[in-house]
Amino acid sequence: MSQIFEQFDVISFFWMTIKLTALAAVASFIIGTVMAIMRLSPVPVLRFVGTAYVTLFRNTPLTLIVFGSLFGISITLQFSISDTLSTNAFFFAIFGLAVYHAAFVCEAIRSGVNTIPLGQAEAARSIGLTFTQTLREVILPQAMRGAITPLGNTLIALAKNTTVVMTIGVLESAYFLSKVSEDASSQLNNAFLLVAGFFVLFTVPMGLATGYASRKLAVKR
Amino acid sequence: MQKTRRMAGVAGLSVVALSLAACGGSENEGGEDGVNVGIKFDQPGLGQKVGSGYEGLDVDVANYVAKDAGLGKVTFKEAPSKQREQLIKSGQVKMVIATYSVTDERKQEVSFAGPYFIAEQALLVAKDSKINGVKSLSGKKLCSVSGSTSATKLKEQVPGVNLQEFDTYSKCASALSTGQIDAMTTDDTILSGYAQQDSYKGKFKVVKGVGGDEIYGIGIKKGDTALCKKVNTSLQKMVDSGEWKKSVEKHLGAEYQLNAEKNPPKQETCS
Repeated sequence: MSQIFEQFDVISFFWMTIKLTALAAVASFIIGTVMAIMRLSPVPVLRFVGTAYVTLFRNTPLTLIVFGSLFGISITLQFSISDTLSTNAFFFAIFGLAVYHAAFVCEAIRSGVNTIPLGQAEAARSIGLTFTQTLREVILPQAMRGAITPLGNTLIALAKNTTVVMTIGVLESAYFLSKVSEDASSQLNNAFLLVAGFFVLFTVPMGLATGYASRKLAVKR
Repeated sequence: MQKTRRMAGVAGLSVVALSLAACGGSENEGGEDGVNVGIKFDQPGLGQKVGSGYEGLDVDVANYVAKDAGLGKVTFKEAPSKQREQLIKSGQVKMVIATYSVTDERKQEVSFAGPYFIAEQALLVAKDSKINGVKSLSGKKLCSVSGSTSATKLKEQVPGVNLQEFDTYSKCASALSTGQIDAMTTDDTILSGYAQQDSYKGKFKVVKGVGGDEIYGIGIKKGDTALCKKVNTSLQKMVDSGEWKKSVEKHLGAEYQLNAEKNPPKQETCS
């Protein structure tokens, strides 16, 4: 086992997975919330855009999205975020992950909205709140609390899905496994155990934390 | 033993699942009087699937050796770099002839017959590129395959190089042809293959002298000296009969500068 740490910078690969997960989680939460609001809005065009977004990205394989974001936007359309290619690939990896998972975040929030009795929105309107006010004061705070569990599931899926960005050469956990199996396959079992152990340690607390939070914060009705 | 083997199976499975190049089923495994040989399906000049057939130097070597050593009809299986050791160890293929460089690390897992060819690391650049060696790579955009040794080696020599990795060489070649990448690196044989491909003909040139030798061996089950000796005898015959030279010239093309000092390589003793 010590040989593998000498030969490969194991920690840096795991750290990359953590960075990808954290940044993509924030970005996908923002995009997903915007999309959810669009889907709830009374304006048909916005509703259509929201629905189209979810349908399109939820049903496209993540590998395609990640590869397409770098190869399509950066290499074909020549739009680069950074002149350093590895940094550029890193940002496009986050972009791809965020765009894809935002579709699931949007649906998670919508499922949270569905936990709110319809009468609340009607009551809000009847006391004169505008759509924005209703959303901000009544709907979203309750929806987010109701959506904690599905959001947690999306986060865990995101953490594991970061392994896809190996396609564009981002040096994360799956890349590490791939490198070991190419260069030092005698260490493959150890590498496998390391990566599996890392993901268990990384994702189990996410499940426990969101489970706890959703019990604590759920709106009792 | 049982336990370790099961563990290896699990690890192998996970690698299969992780790598995007999922391979086909494992029908006619170890066929009655045939032999399964692992090759690359996507390396022009070495091992490439063309329609329902296969062509390249690796394919010719496989066919010659199998025939000469009396191993029976060859069934080709795809052997992506990451799965080569697993394919041999699990017995899904008897030999891997797939630009398989002999390294000490790999010798821990499998044995090698041959070698049958010595290539060297090189660069592929656009025809009018000014890149002429390792030094001119600093600050340039270099492409290689995720996890490959060639990129790591160059990165050590030229820390300033700007490295992009993809999961296949074809993606690098495509990026190189649009000018988004300044150079790609791997074995000169593979690069010549791309330079000669119809879609890229006349667009690229190979720059040599950037790295060390890549010694192509034939991967077999660890400790199978009997097979190793058989294969080596057949390889020697292939060289002596002129078939080897013919195949090299045919598949690597007129523009490939064969390092005649090293090729055909002297065989290592089987152990």
